[in-house]
Amino acid sequence: MKFQIEDVTVYFPYDHIYPEQYSYMVELKRSLDAKGHCLLEMPTGTGKTIALLSLITSYSLSKPSNPVKLLYCTRTVHEMEKTLAELRFLHRYQLQHLGPSARILALGLSSRKNLCINPSVVSAAENRDSVDAACRKLTASWVRSLAVENPNIPTCSLFEDYEKAGSNAVLPPGVYTLQDLRAFGREKGWCPYFLARHMVQFANVVVYSYQYLLDPKVAGIISKEMQRESVVVFDEAHNIDNVCIEALSVSVRSQTLEGATRNLNKMSHEIERFKATDAGRLRAEYNRLVEGLAQRGNLPIADTWLSNPALPDDILKEAVPGNIRRAEHFLSVLRRLVQYLKGRLQTENVEKEGPVTFVASINAQVGIDQKVLRFCYDRLHSLMMTLEITDTDEFLHIQTICDFATLVGTYTRGFSIIIEPFDERMPNIPDPVLQLSCHDASLAIKPVFERFQTVVITSGTLSPIDLYPRLLNFNPVVSRSFTMSLTRDCICPMVLTRGSDQLPVSTKYDMRTDEGVERNYGRLLLEMVSIVPDGIVCFFVSYSYMDGIVNSWNEKGILKEIMQHKLVFIETQDVVETTLALDNYRKACDCGRGAVFFSVARGKVAEGIDFDRHYGRLVIMFGVPFQYTLSRILIARLEYLRETFQIKEGDFLTFDALRQAAQCVGRVIRSKADYGMMIFADKRYSRHDKRSKLPGWILSHLRDAHLNLSTDMAMHIAREFLRKMAQPYDKSGGSGKKTLLSQEDLEKMGNGGLGEMLF
Amino acid sequence: MASGKVIKRAKYKSSVKDPGVPGILEMMEDRFIFTPNNPKLSSSLSVQFKLIKGHKFTKEGSHKHALLNLTQDQGGSYIFEFENFSDRDVCREFVGRATTMAGEAGKTSSEPSAVTPQDEQLISTQEMERRIKLLQEDGELQKLHKQFVIGGILTEAEFWATRKKLLDRNTSSVIKQRAGFKSAMLADVKPAADGRSNRVTFNLSPEIIHQIFAEKPAVHQAFLKFVPRKMTEKDFWNKYCRAEYLHSTKNPVAAAAEAAEDEELAVFLKNDDVWASEARRKIRRVDPTLDMEADEGDDYIHLPDHGLSRDDSKDAIDSPYEEYRRSLSQVLNRHGAVVLEGRSIDVELGDTRSVAEALARSKQVELANEASDGNANQERLDRISQLAEIEDLQPPHDPPLAPLFIKDPRDYFDSQQANALKTLGDTLVETRQMKCNLSTSEAYGSLRECISEIKIAGLSDPIVKPEIAFKVFNGLTQNISSTKYHLGKNPQESVLDRLPNITKDELLHHWTSIQELLKHFWSSYPITTSYLYVKVGRLKDAMSQIYPKLQEIKESVQSDFRHQVSLLVQPMLQALDAAFAHYDADLQKRSAKGGDRTNGYV
Repeated sequence: MKFQIEDVTVYFPYDHIYPEQYSYMVELKRSLDAKGHCLLEMPTGTGKTIALLSLITSYSLSKPSNPVKLLYCTRTVHEMEKTLAELRFLHRYQLQHLGPSARILALGLSSRKNLCINPSVVSAAENRDSVDAACRKLTASWVRSLAVENPNIPTCSLFEDYEKAGSNAVLPPGVYTLQDLRAFGREKGWCPYFLARHMVQFANVVVYSYQYLLDPKVAGIISKEMQRESVVVFDEAHNIDNVCIEALSVSVRSQTLEGATRNLNKMSHEIERFKATDAGRLRAEYNRLVEGLAQRGNLPIADTWLSNPALPDDILKEAVPGNIRRAEHFLSVLRRLVQYLKGRLQTENVEKEGPVTFVASINAQVGIDQKVLRFCYDRLHSLMMTLEITDTDEFLHIQTICDFATLVGTYTRGFSIIIEPFDERMPNIPDPVLQLSCHDASLAIKPVFERFQTVVITSGTLSPIDLYPRLLNFNPVVSRSFTMSLTRDCICPMVLTRGSDQLPVSTKYDMRTDEGVERNYGRLLLEMVSIVPDGIVCFFVSYSYMDGIVNSWNEKGILKEIMQHKLVFIETQDVVETTLALDNYRKACDCGRGAVFFSVARGKVAEGIDFDRHYGRLVIMFGVPFQYTLSRILIARLEYLRETFQIKEGDFLTFDALRQAAQCVGRVIRSKADYGMMIFADKRYSRHDKRSKLPGWILSHLRDAHLNLSTDMAMHIAREFLRKMAQPYDKSGGSGKKTLLSQEDLEKMGNGGLGEMLF
Repeated sequence: MASGKVIKRAKYKSSVKDPGVPGILEMMEDRFIFTPNNPKLSSSLSVQFKLIKGHKFTKEGSHKHALLNLTQDQGGSYIFEFENFSDRDVCREFVGRATTMAGEAGKTSSEPSAVTPQDEQLISTQEMERRIKLLQEDGELQKLHKQFVIGGILTEAEFWATRKKLLDRNTSSVIKQRAGFKSAMLADVKPAADGRSNRVTFNLSPEIIHQIFAEKPAVHQAFLKFVPRKMTEKDFWNKYCRAEYLHSTKNPVAAAAEAAEDEELAVFLKNDDVWASEARRKIRRVDPTLDMEADEGDDYIHLPDHGLSRDDSKDAIDSPYEEYRRSLSQVLNRHGAVVLEGRSIDVELGDTRSVAEALARSKQVELANEASDGNANQERLDRISQLAEIEDLQPPHDPPLAPLFIKDPRDYFDSQQANALKTLGDTLVETRQMKCNLSTSEAYGSLRECISEIKIAGLSDPIVKPEIAFKVFNGLTQNISSTKYHLGKNPQESVLDRLPNITKDELLHHWTSIQELLKHFWSSYPITTSYLYVKVGRLKDAMSQIYPKLQEIKESVQSDFRHQVSLLVQPMLQALDAAFAHYDADLQKRSAKGGDRTNGYV
């Protein structure tokens, strides 16, 4: 369908539209017009992504003289694929109605690991770092120049062909998923990774991971050249503060330090070798550093490295300090630093200090001043280039140390350094760790807000919506939370407080290992698997809790009974296994056998996998997913939040736990034709202060009668609900409120003015 | 059929657990006799097969006794244990034959054996069993059988000859549907400790072994490699159980110590490499919208030691014993995967070796298939784009039609015809007679001809003659409207449901028996043998007996149903009339021809 929002003609690929999608677009359009940032909460299952994509592409089509570029950030690669699939659907529709003028170039960007098609690299390398390193071994500028003289040195033919094609190597307009990029690369014989990196500058829509904008190390090389007139979208952004914080945090363990020492030894060998054979190189580097260039100006695209971990505005544009210009001197500085950190790790007690005191004590004890620390990362980078090191994956440890040094030398507030000699929960096992943790989420996202004219932060759960501007320190021009207009009550949230024996259930610390609670949780699931068709998803508060309770169910024989009804799949820390388990879970739901998936709130599955339609008819949230409150890092962050933003500890913890819970249960709805139940199984959910933090669209369906249920009552409600949902219904919403708008409805509304919006 | 008698050594047991009395079992055509070796211990048995209702027996397995359990008519049973399975099987077959014979003898005793066209004796036991089973399952069939076969109107063979298809279909369904794996975990063998001693017992059945092979490819490979060259099967499973026990103690250190001493044991204790490599292969074929491994490849925040250490990551401390640790979740996930893949082999479970080999073969086939399968990728992509669309914002893709699926076309059309007959009483006879058999290709051909004719000539004259169409139409509407009128508002209710139950049953029964008789009657023409001549005579007599019965029904019902009943009975009568007319005409022709019989029958 096609309709007007003020001056923009929106091309929307469906015949109907939900009213909330329409209002969402209206708000979005306003913030684009105002060139400001916005914050939009809209329930899952109301087609956020397609509304967003179709408005922004239509907006840019309506302004052909100055089209906006869309940078769409997803949290995960599989969400990237989903977004691109929706975009392709939209693009096909727009081409149909507008012809060739609607052509756009849209592509997903990922790491070498996901894009490389060189068989020798892909088969040999296991993880991302080794793929990166294997690629560098074939494509680094010095390797290639050597290969010109000596044909026995292997290079990557795909990269060579791509280079040869030069400016002719372009992607024709279209929508490219990672798979499509690989296929295109194979067809042309060009390296898809470098092609995509190159095409990002010209693309109308780029879909990539959060980190490509938020993590200065990656953003520095990928997103450097994006123009200001871009719209940045962070989808599923309820966790954005955590991503920001992680982007600027480093932790150092004793293994890291040992590895770093090995790296240093190897580098000093290399330096000796170069002194003997090619002393000129080292001298050239020295001269360059004197001139103040930590980085060589324009590096060939294949030589680019993860860039400086500090934010671009904070990087010094000065000459490198004199005492680390010589390679040997720099190595000895690093040795001293590593030695110092080793000493600090041997502490018996937990220590916590700010960056300023830490830097001061480094200076006092090993004589490295703040400025030198700040330059560590760039200096290391330069040295490794000079030494022509290609196996970067082996030098990760020293890189981590330099990351740490640079960050600690750059920032004075918003960070703290915490040294723990052992894990709180396992005091007998020494496992010293030194963490530089960032507390201020606004630091990492600040450059994004400053650089781009519109940043859209959107998710299904941004409640309370006024907290995010404070956490991220920005002023949105639009900040709205939409409710869901439902044709029928297709979601059924319940709070289960008691088990089948009427005793309370909870994952509170003192109750979670109680036999009775474990059994009650088990009985709940057992009853549910016998009445709910197809897929059921269970979320637990942590891996260790899940392991414990599943083992206990196994011993009690509950698991066996559950398996008589449905197959059981479990999320593990091993991503390969989890992915396969998910794939099998879907197969089991497709073939009608039915399955249960056990997963962890805050885990990888909860973050981005949808359990829509028959893949999830019920989700059970066992417990309240609070963070581990004794964690030093969390305590430090809470302190910072209270001092800086006046956010109370308890409020933040509850907010954080409830947004995770809402996120978990929200995964079951995909459209209004879909339906699902949500069980919050913990007595604490019945308390008003907890419950009220849930997003409005869940609360509005949470009836008073469903606030304090026991297993048998929940069973009864579930039966009724499932029976009701199985009936056919009128999709357009019948006589009352319209829940599905057609083109005519929109035109009528346009005439009557937007004032009488439907909700 | 019965080859005299069978004599075997066996033990007679009063119950399964009873040690049994050794002796000699002698089986004859009509009875079996058991004589104990020691006549003082217990008296001898002599039982007629007539009294034996069925027999059960144990499956062949490594540690089971060869038992045969004969259940008696009045409850109670005789259990015999044989020395080996082959002895038992001989006896089992004999019993099977003898009991069916005895059963049949009861039923068919009155049957005149001289007129059977085929040698009844040639029918195999299986065939017999199938017939009996059919009769047991289908009450109506049993009634007919009783009425005609036992009543002497039809022979057994004649009766079944028209039901070949029924029998055939049954044969095909005898090939069992292959059962998949159970959802419940078998392979998770639980050690059973008896509490008193330090002994731990594991139970392995062929089913469990099969599942172990499927879920633990390393064990499977080890079996192929070690057994029987390096160790016996028994040793192999001993080792396996020992490893399982070590796992169940959850002590990776002890497991590692044991593994260091015994390299074969280590195979079971270590993590499954084969499974891991398979996982790497499979992950490439996974739906990209689920692929979390790709995330890992895109994640620059979590460089080793970068970012905040997560809450739970501390569980995964590297330890030298890591490979000896096994989590329940792994086991569960693997089990689910194997169950979904389904059972891929056809081999009878029992011989472990052959199961192992068959499994290995099927894996190779699977690999080859995967390599050649390019379409899967495209399908996957199509699926993703389909999933991306929001279903209720657009009109449904396909018109919401369920494909018509008729399980047994014959049943379906028969019932359709019966309906047509019921409503269209007067046109019945003609339609019946005109029915002819066409193969599908012929029908298709003629249809095509018709169409092409019409294409050329145009629709000059209507396909159906107007007067016929009118007549049919009238008949239909009258019938429908009248029944509608009588039935009121419920369209589901048929005429029959309004009749009293007894009348209804009787009517239906007569209808089926008339059908049966007519079927045999018409199939006997032209009469070419004396056998057929006799048969037609018998059939005619049987049919003539039905007239008064139908009349009786008509009279017995209440006046308001009488019209309905006569409507229902009318087609039956007409069909019978037609048969008699034909019979008489044929008889006349025959007598007119007089004495020049060539076939030599009267």
